[in-house]
Amino acid sequence: MPSTPASPMAPPRSFLWSRRIFLTLLTGFVLVPVYVMLSSSLKPLADVTGKFRWLPSGLTFRPYIDIWSTVPLAKYFMNSLIVAGAATICSVVIAVFAAYAVSRYSFRGKRVFTVTVLSTQMFPGILFLLPLFLLYVNIGNATGIALFGSRGGLILTYLTFSLPFSIWMLIGYFDSVPRDLDEAALVDGCGPLGALFRVVVPAAIPGIVAVAVYAFMTAWGEVLFASVMTNDTTRTLAVGLQGYSTLNDVYWNQIMAASLVVSVPVVAGFLLLQRYLVAGLTAGAVK
Amino acid sequence: MTATALEEPVRKTSPGAAREPRRRPGRLRRIGLPYLLLLPALLLELLVHLVPMVIGIVMSFKELTQFYIRDWGTAPWSGLDNYKVSVDFDAPVGEALLHSFFVTVGFTLLSVALCWLIGTAAAIYMQDTFRGRGFLRALFLVPYALPVYAAVITWVFMFQHDNGLVNHVLHDQLHLTDKPSFWLIGDNSFYALLTVSVWKGWPFAFLIVMAGLQNIPRELYEAAALDGAGMLQQIRRITLPSLRPVNQVLILVLFLWTFNDFNTPYVLFGKSAPAAADLISVHIYQASFVTWNFGTGSAMSVLLLLFLLVVTGVYLLLTSRGRRTADA
Repeated sequence: MPSTPASPMAPPRSFLWSRRIFLTLLTGFVLVPVYVMLSSSLKPLADVTGKFRWLPSGLTFRPYIDIWSTVPLAKYFMNSLIVAGAATICSVVIAVFAAYAVSRYSFRGKRVFTVTVLSTQMFPGILFLLPLFLLYVNIGNATGIALFGSRGGLILTYLTFSLPFSIWMLIGYFDSVPRDLDEAALVDGCGPLGALFRVVVPAAIPGIVAVAVYAFMTAWGEVLFASVMTNDTTRTLAVGLQGYSTLNDVYWNQIMAASLVVSVPVVAGFLLLQRYLVAGLTAGAVK
Repeated sequence: MTATALEEPVRKTSPGAAREPRRRPGRLRRIGLPYLLLLPALLLELLVHLVPMVIGIVMSFKELTQFYIRDWGTAPWSGLDNYKVSVDFDAPVGEALLHSFFVTVGFTLLSVALCWLIGTAAAIYMQDTFRGRGFLRALFLVPYALPVYAAVITWVFMFQHDNGLVNHVLHDQLHLTDKPSFWLIGDNSFYALLTVSVWKGWPFAFLIVMAGLQNIPRELYEAAALDGAGMLQQIRRITLPSLRPVNQVLILVLFLWTFNDFNTPYVLFGKSAPAAADLISVHIYQASFVTWNFGTGSAMSVLLLLFLLVVTGVYLLLTSRGRRTADA
């Protein structure tokens, strides 16, 4: 990403000093929980039940083995992966279609559509949690399609969570793709969908990647709906992780190890793709 | 997010934005296509957001206790009873709701202010290139990238009374307190919640402001420097005014997300939050699922939505008017 120097002059010394202090403090604030997570996951149980210690009394990888048997973590992992993966793919495809329509066509109701979709972001989740739960149960009773308690229901729910932001960001991104390009494709005999997939989508890949990252993170981290809408077989990590605190013992070293394991896929993906996210925001949402 | 209200006029004036679609054979197909493209998004929004919202509003006028939950349509109408119970601030239910509301407002204002301040400061400090800048930027985004439950569980561990890091540092190492404090119950829980919320939320402000800074033309700074403007003046006269449109949306989004946040308090405190940190989402969740009184819970949710609608409307009106006079 190109950097834009704030000033062509050398910044004054006081600025450099305040920057050093500010960024050091901020780094500490950000890093302490990360350090606690990492170091505690390598501690024996005695270290995390007694007084807190900065350094482990001895390093052990035991928690990383035990996490898989204390609770069925692999199953929760699989469920989260299926739910978040499917929600991401569907959300991105649907958002691409919708954003293309808004960006390239003028039609009646365009403004109503964008305002309505975006304003759903404002709703408190708690407002439609229970009605949605009842709706899914009713649909299940009427048609036999099991939405409540199933992965399908959760996928459907999660993909709409990321949809408004995805559409919004992609509209901005598609607007920045020159129209001459898809018009050339139309002249060459592509249909509107051909123009979309052969010209607009390839030109907007950074924006689409950014939207996919956002959609995956949203689905992977959601707690409220996961805690109401899943059962033993469809439980996701968000709920499953609470299983490490039994009444008598809280296996903090295992909780930290499990937290680290479930964080790695998203954090790694996010850090690898964050430049796209910044570029996507710069070109789309923030413009 | 209500940003379209701001985006739309800009888009209309940009060249070619409102251009008619190319003339293609088949009039019906040409008119129908945009709607066809929108259909999946529209159907899903209807199913998951709009229809449930309408059901929620209907439910708020019903006496919906656990006896009727299997077949909620048959629950008797109760008129405005649920609303009366919710806003009767002399009775326990209404009083608790009002308390929760004030806690949420205070918490949200503090959290949004801190997130914005830290995020903006970090983004401006990191505008110039320096050694380690790319690494720091990635590091600063980690709290935002971590799944909420993983991050908040780590804070729960740090806030433990006997084996947590916070008490170890404050009490054992710095001797700031007479005895170890409780952080997840009692009055301290407000500060615990605020800390976690800011830790988790400021990187988003950082990300957005950083993206906004990229769109400020470099020539502006060069011209200002030629006129003899110092660093602080450049930030005050160029950076902050240029960020205004970005900030208008950013602060609104932060406000709505923080106000509606359920995940952080739920993982931090479990099903029952301490009174000092009784955020409205968890409060309503508890009022619905612990007492099994869904009618009252729905009424509370509708009141919350009305409040957010009014706040958003007034906010957009005020900030947009300020912007127009500033432009003139």
